[in-house]
Amino acid sequence: MTDVLKPADIHQAEEAVRWAVGNDKTLELVGSGSKRALGRPSQTDITLDLSSFTGVTLYEPDELILSARAGTPLAEIEKLLDDNNQQLDFEPMDYGPLLGQPAGQGTIGGVLATNLAGPRRIKAGAARDHFLGVTAVTGRGEAIKSGGRVVKNVTGYDMCKVLAGSWGTLAAMTDVTIKVLPKPETEATVVVEGLNDGQACAAMAAALGSSCDVSAAAHLPDHVASYFDGLLKAEAATVLRLEGVAPSVAHRTGMLAKLLQSFGYVVTLDAAGSQKLWRSVRQVAPFAADSALARPLWRISTPPAQAHRLVDLITPAAQMFYDWGGGLVWVAMPFEGEADAGSIRRAVVELGGHATLVRAPAALRASLDVFQPQEPGLAALSKRVKESFDPKAVLNPGRMWAGV
Amino acid sequence: MSVKMPETDAAVLSRRAQIVKTLRTIVPGEGVIDREREMKPFESDGLTAYRQLPMVVVLPETTRQVAEILKYCQDNGIKVVPRGAGTSLSGGALPLADGVLLGMAKFNKVREIDFENRVAVVEPGVTNLAVSNAVAHAGFYYAPDPSSQIACTIGGNVAENSGGVHCLKYGMTTNNVLGCEIVLMTGEVLRLGGKHLDAEGYDLLGLVVGSEGLLGVVTEVTVRILKKPETARAVLIGFPTSEQAGACVSKVIGTGIIPGGMEMMDKPAIHAVEQFVHAGYPLDVEALLIVELDGPAAEVDHLIARVEAIANDCGAVSCQASTSEQQRLLFWAGRKAAFPAAGRISPDYYCMDGTIPRAKLPLVLRRMKELSEKYGLGVANVFHAGDGNLHPLILYDSNKPGELDRAEEFGADILRLCVEVGGVLTGEHGVGVEKRDLMPTMFSEIDLNAQQRVKCAFDPKGLLNPGKVFPQLHRCAELGRMHISGGQVPFPDLPRF
Repeated sequence: MTDVLKPADIHQAEEAVRWAVGNDKTLELVGSGSKRALGRPSQTDITLDLSSFTGVTLYEPDELILSARAGTPLAEIEKLLDDNNQQLDFEPMDYGPLLGQPAGQGTIGGVLATNLAGPRRIKAGAARDHFLGVTAVTGRGEAIKSGGRVVKNVTGYDMCKVLAGSWGTLAAMTDVTIKVLPKPETEATVVVEGLNDGQACAAMAAALGSSCDVSAAAHLPDHVASYFDGLLKAEAATVLRLEGVAPSVAHRTGMLAKLLQSFGYVVTLDAAGSQKLWRSVRQVAPFAADSALARPLWRISTPPAQAHRLVDLITPAAQMFYDWGGGLVWVAMPFEGEADAGSIRRAVVELGGHATLVRAPAALRASLDVFQPQEPGLAALSKRVKESFDPKAVLNPGRMWAGV
Repeated sequence: MSVKMPETDAAVLSRRAQIVKTLRTIVPGEGVIDREREMKPFESDGLTAYRQLPMVVVLPETTRQVAEILKYCQDNGIKVVPRGAGTSLSGGALPLADGVLLGMAKFNKVREIDFENRVAVVEPGVTNLAVSNAVAHAGFYYAPDPSSQIACTIGGNVAENSGGVHCLKYGMTTNNVLGCEIVLMTGEVLRLGGKHLDAEGYDLLGLVVGSEGLLGVVTEVTVRILKKPETARAVLIGFPTSEQAGACVSKVIGTGIIPGGMEMMDKPAIHAVEQFVHAGYPLDVEALLIVELDGPAAEVDHLIARVEAIANDCGAVSCQASTSEQQRLLFWAGRKAAFPAAGRISPDYYCMDGTIPRAKLPLVLRRMKELSEKYGLGVANVFHAGDGNLHPLILYDSNKPGELDRAEEFGADILRLCVEVGGVLTGEHGVGVEKRDLMPTMFSEIDLNAQQRVKCAFDPKGLLNPGKVFPQLHRCAELGRMHISGGQVPFPDLPRF
């Protein structure tokens, strides 16, 4: 059983890392542990439990900022924002249910460390785009701070960016400041029924290239459509969300419906239906279902317009759906223990972008690349960046790539 | 010029003729400039108080030439200063006497426009406005719009993470760039990102944007392009006090409206601008707001009515919404001419760039007034009110002995004040040489060393744009050292599981 160190404050966190450095121990960084099964399986000596770092320390709705200790449950932050009619605009998705964990367990530190985003990514950006300031303990056991509590800041390197999506391999975050935004007053979704994947990508490109200000665009093919809430039929649906003040949403719904008529039969969902639908898109509902949990799951970020070509490049038995206008493809492989990494990697080389093996048995994740392999020059630079924060590789070693 | 630059390397200077000759083999023809008279235009950027002739100027045209130049400089211990259009206001492109000035102006082509994926792939020497112009025929534009957008280049925007009046709603450069090709000092050419979203590993692109030319030389940039909003209207609102104007800004945002732009000017700025542009600004107010709403007409009209109601609640004494595109542009013409207008009422002006928590604006303006009296120099303020980015324009006369020094001291005091109230030294102009020595007011030595170690990961010999951003240069070997001590398990009094 792995030992656990649970620092109570930042000085103890520094002390814990320094001790690990001095005694050749490696640390697994954990907030709530909801994403533990994602990444290369970790072979660490000690768990560094950061769940004592909790609480919102500053929230100024008019300034659009919130500061919290990194271990603060995301649910607590989302509730507080909701009470003030605000939200995390990047709409973080929840890996928990995809990994067989309960929903709603993550911490804000985990959200940032894994650079989460949801359907609004195409309009509002990812966690990285809302991450304003940080205090973190590096692999040298030193607390550093970067950024601040203002939105516009170019003072020094943007260390928040490189910590976002670093999966705890560079530093243990203890305090973070994020940008928050008002909730849209209302929303609606325009649905085009019955398109194939190629037609859907074209329809989404047309919608996103219009001045309708689409805030989310997904294509839910026939074979997975029944898993999504809010749809009127369990058939292929290409769905486009519009958000804002009521007169604007009404106007743009009409405009978009007209624009998409030539692609297929168009219906619209009201605010309630739209909310239900996008919640299930955000939570990757088809692949979080019990019946799907054994299927290896890939997350592919790719240029959106040609994303539909993926279908022809991988096994026809794979299940998939598209978010981000086609730019994010979730692919579930048919057989447990067979990730078919070869065909996925080849497809990504062909289309551009990157693929992450989100879910697979530990033995499989240990034997192949979970994150996109990098070309040698970039891999070497990533390693040097890792060493600049964590020269002895004590923080989550090997979580992203061997040696990083 | 009061900033100390890295010591000149006499050995490098003594090899100047050989260096120029080698560079000519890499970039043939007119691409290498070594005559003093011809190098003169490169001796400063937009921060003209600082001037220095480079050892030699080289203007490559291909990524391969950039790679060969950098590798040659790396192998021979020669410093390199990259430069875009030279509009930086912080001295980021200030040359070094023993350094090669690497001008990227010839990288001026739009390589690809991909409407389906809503991206443009451009060379770094393309101007910001030219990107928008290249896609305007299809109704698209590139959102970040720094006020120098006619002249400044995308490469420079990447180096500085430039903003603009619309970045409250549409983000800064870092939120609008998807990929780049970058050349390291070793000559290695790397691709970061592409036409897809987010990094596959570390967000190195996020580090490069805003790194002020210290990490690598960008040779291609992929940016997001957006469809233009259907319409835009601006409201001009006058207030008797800056407190009321500030309260109005907070209330607009507090009710959930994120305007396309939200700008504030104080009385000296309003007067300077109105005399110059005749935009119809009210002269009897202490603070003026321009709030711009964009989107479909139905939305814009709806929100304008709400903003007007809020303004009246906050005690506005004048409130005028634009009724035509011509009038909207006239409202903006005043704001956009604020810098030249300052130049008309004063022989010289020094443009500052701090960011503050918005609520602290009245306090900061009050303290600035006291400082203005202390230093005996006037100041006019323009303010990106939505995001707290303040541009005080300090008015001085460089022909009067001591005034430039006083203006610089005044400016430094303003920036310290920004940090003191919870803000930062620079919102969009960069640290460069100008704010370099103020970095310790925001960062500890540990913080700065951590940043310099990142620099070491990209440029271990420290040859790329040295003397900028960091007040003290350390050797990478020295920064890499680590004091390791063994010992007891920490905080044994705490429960372990």
